[in-house]
Order: sequence, then structure tokens, then C-alpha cells
Amino acid sequence: MTAQVPLVDYLVLGPKPHLRAHECSACGARYFDRRNGCARCFATEFHTVEVADEGTVTAFTIVAVAAPGVQVPFVPAVVDCDGTKVRANLVNVEPKPPHVRVGLPVRLATYVLGTDDAGTEAIGFGFEPTEAKA
Amino acid sequence: MTDDVWILGISMTKFGKHPELDIVDLAARASQEALRDAGVTMGDMGVLAAGNLMGGGRLAQNLQKQIGQTGIPVYNVTNACATGATALRTVVMAIKAGECDMGLAVGAEKLSGAGLLGAGGSAKADAATFEPQGRFGAVTSLDGRVGTDTMPGVFAQIGMEYDHKYGGATFDLFARISEKNHAHSTLNPLAAYTKRLSLDAIKNDVMIAYPNTRPMCSANCDGGAAAVLVSGERLRRMDPDQRRRAVKISASVLTSDPWSDGCQVLPDINTLTRNASERAYAAAGVGPDELDLVELHDCFATAELVHYDNLQLCKPGGAVDLFESGATWRDGSTPVNVSGGLQSKGHPIAATGIANVWEVCHHLRNEAGARQIAGARVGLAHVIGLGSACGVHILERSAA
Repeated sequence: MTAQVPLVDYLVLGPKPHLRAHECSACGARYFDRRNGCARCFATEFHTVEVADEGTVTAFTIVAVAAPGVQVPFVPAVVDCDGTKVRANLVNVEPKPPHVRVGLPVRLATYVLGTDDAGTEAIGFGFEPTEAKA
Repeated sequence: MTDDVWILGISMTKFGKHPELDIVDLAARASQEALRDAGVTMGDMGVLAAGNLMGGGRLAQNLQKQIGQTGIPVYNVTNACATGATALRTVVMAIKAGECDMGLAVGAEKLSGAGLLGAGGSAKADAATFEPQGRFGAVTSLDGRVGTDTMPGVFAQIGMEYDHKYGGATFDLFARISEKNHAHSTLNPLAAYTKRLSLDAIKNDVMIAYPNTRPMCSANCDGGAAAVLVSGERLRRMDPDQRRRAVKISASVLTSDPWSDGCQVLPDINTLTRNASERAYAAAGVGPDELDLVELHDCFATAELVHYDNLQLCKPGGAVDLFESGATWRDGSTPVNVSGGLQSKGHPIAATGIANVWEVCHHLRNEAGARQIAGARVGLAHVIGLGSACGVHILERSAA
């Protein structure tokens, strides 16, 4: 079987891929990056939580002009996953309004974004409309 | 109660393409003109704060070597798009602290042809081997794969977030905000763009990041702006004409992001702006309904809309209705960006936070010519640098 690595360390691969967050043990604030402390309450203890894999689009754009080497168009968005805001692209959707819109119900989706020189696949993630074809 | 700080002299260069001028030239022109406008010299300055974001630092010392080396303390300031306002505030603080009674704040930037900000300079090649790196353990570049790092895309989402919260913020509405600012700049000879654009032209221009087309994005250009500040105590001993033209800084506020839910996922430019405006209104004893004009940070058409709300020019959620009422056009009840704003006047980053103060001062001094807001007595200048830093200054006409 081909070796796989997640695009980011907060994407957990496996039979049911999901995102995980560092949750502040004192106040419950959630973060995706490596932490030195809590920006909200200054505590330094965190535990890992699983983030809901379905949510609602609360903001988006459709990028038509990007840095060299970045494929366009793509649809950056903020997805509210049961109270946890997630930054991701919308995928498996026509990159045009009204196919993409605020309030759109979406779910986590993963895909192979590339293979390195050692044959390892990197797995990326995005969110697709929940009413999309199965 | 500490003494007030006043603007004694202020200037901006024309914004636009200045291929023959470097950053020091732009800063020098703005500074020398501000000193002349103030009727003082470098010999009177007790402090210098110089802002520049993209040029690599030490503008203050390089500027001194061209316009006057007097041994005063200098501060090289960078604070994203709030760099100019931060330079201004640095001088305000030095005067309020009693370290000196007069100082110079300047901001200058060379941005013509800079292209897409936030995108980096060169193509991002994928690594030969996927190795987790950085705070997200990313095996390759995330820009374009997990959202966008580019400014048009970030601020577009901020506008759409407002639409999600309150509704009514359509592509057409954002385009009409841009139409307003491009109409306003036709009266501003120092603006980078002075050509009126039709709504259709704005909507049909190149799409950068929906809903922002190219003319709905701030214009990268070259420019400088500078201000001479003086203590109230020193001003009282100056000539009547200097006192008459002096503009009072009724509030000078700088804020950063307090933690808010999701602010590390999509920048929250709202909370720190609201905080800054609340503090500024309280410090000045002025309400938003008393403002004769507002220069706010319309780095994108989507940003202008949310700042109507953040600066409390309307009730919460009322930004769309405020714009639809015509209030923010130059003949409305709260004219916003009569200079043309960043979309049309231009946005040479470090100069912006002083140039918007210059615009307000110009009206308060009744020197704004064809675009004068009649009887202007009090105005507000706002900038925000993503990351974030927010500067708000409230300015009042001299009573003399």
C-alpha cells in the first residue's frame, strides 16, 4: 500500500478522516497550530479533540488571481463545524455563486494532492456540499 | 489631565507612479513640505518617527541624512497597514510623555507595480520529499490548498462574513461602494486615479477574489505623507496664523486583536476597530453622529462596508442600509472617503495612516478646494493593518 502523509498535522487520516484541534483545558478555546499557550486565557495545558466533520460556510471567496504556481480558481472558506471555525477550501463544487454561498451545508472531504520523490502521497482536505452527488 | 497634542503642519505627496523618486525622496518631500506648512524646521523637532513597510528599515536615519541630522531620538516603525498611524502615535506619545514639545511623523512607500500583496515573490515549488514543517506540520505550501494568504481573498471573506451575519451585502452593493470612491477621487488632484468609473466598468473589470474586482482593491502606488506635531503649551506661544491652522488631535488610539472566536482562522478586523473607535469617541467626547467626514481603511470594497459598522456610523448590522441611504457619499450626512480612499486615491502602505489624517485636516482647515466638505469641524481617520493593528485619530478644527 502506498505510504500517505496528511497535508497538515491536524488532519487525521484513517477509515474516518477528521480534523483535530488543541483545546485549552482551562477555557475551551480551540487552535489548529502548535501552541505555546492560550491566546484567550493564557493557560498552557491543552488536550486533543476531534472536530465535527460537517458544518456551515460562514464566509468564502473565489480567488481568481493568486501567487505564481497556485492553481486558480479556488474557493477559500470559513466553515463553522459545530462551533469550531475551520479554514479550508470548498471542493467538489462549481466555483461560482450561487453554487458556493454563505450558509451552505458542507462536509469534510479528502483527496490526494501529490506524490513526492519517495512515492509518498500527501492527502489534502476540503469541504464539499453535503447535497453533492455521492 | 495631560495637554493636548496638535497638528501644526501636514502634507502628502501626490500618490501614483514616481519612478524617479526613491523612498527617502518621498519621505523627504513630504517632511520638508510638512515643516514648511508648520512654519518650523528640523531644528525644532525633538523626535522623529518614520514608517516604511516594504523597504527594509532605517528610513528615519536615511531621511535625517537628507533633511537634517540633529541627534534627536528616532523610531523606525512598521505595523502593517497601520504603520503611518503608528508613526504618528509614536510622536503623540513622546510629546504627551513630556520628552519634547514638537516632533515629526512620516510614512513613505514604493509600491507601484507591486502586484498581489501576501502572495510572495516567486512560484512556490513543492518539496521533493513531504516533511512536516512549521506550526501546522505542513508537508507543502498551504496557500491555495487551505484557504488563501492573499489580501484580496482575506478581505473578500470578511465582507461575505458580514453578508452571512446580516444579509444584503451583494456583489452589486460592494461594486457601488467602489463606484462612490472612484467618483470622489475625481475632485482630488493628489489621488493616484482620478477617473470616474461606471458601475458596469467596475463589475466587469478583472475579478481578483470574488466579490472584489480590480478597481475594488486598493491601488498599489508610491507616496509619502508627513506631519509636524506640537504640544498645546508650545502652540499657545506661537504666531496667530499657526494657531489658527493648527488641528487638535482629540483622540489617538491604537489597538490590536483581543482574542475572539475564530480570529486565528479568519482575521477579525471588526472587534479591534470597534474597540478603537469606542476609546476614541470617549477620549474626544465626540459621538459618531457628530463627524463631518470619515476617512476609513477601504483596502477593499468589502472592508469599507464592515467598517461603517465597526466605527459605529450605523447601528449594529446596519451598514448596508447606511450605504443604501446615500449617507456616505460626499453630499450625504456622513461623507466617507471623500479623498477617493485606498481604492482610488491609492495605498502606499506606510503613507496611508498619515495621508488620511492630512485629508481630514485639509477639510478642517477649509483648504480642500473643490472637494471641501462645507463647515467641517470634526473628522475621523482610521487604518487597519492585518494581523492586526488598528489606528483611529479624531481631529478637530482649531477654535481660534
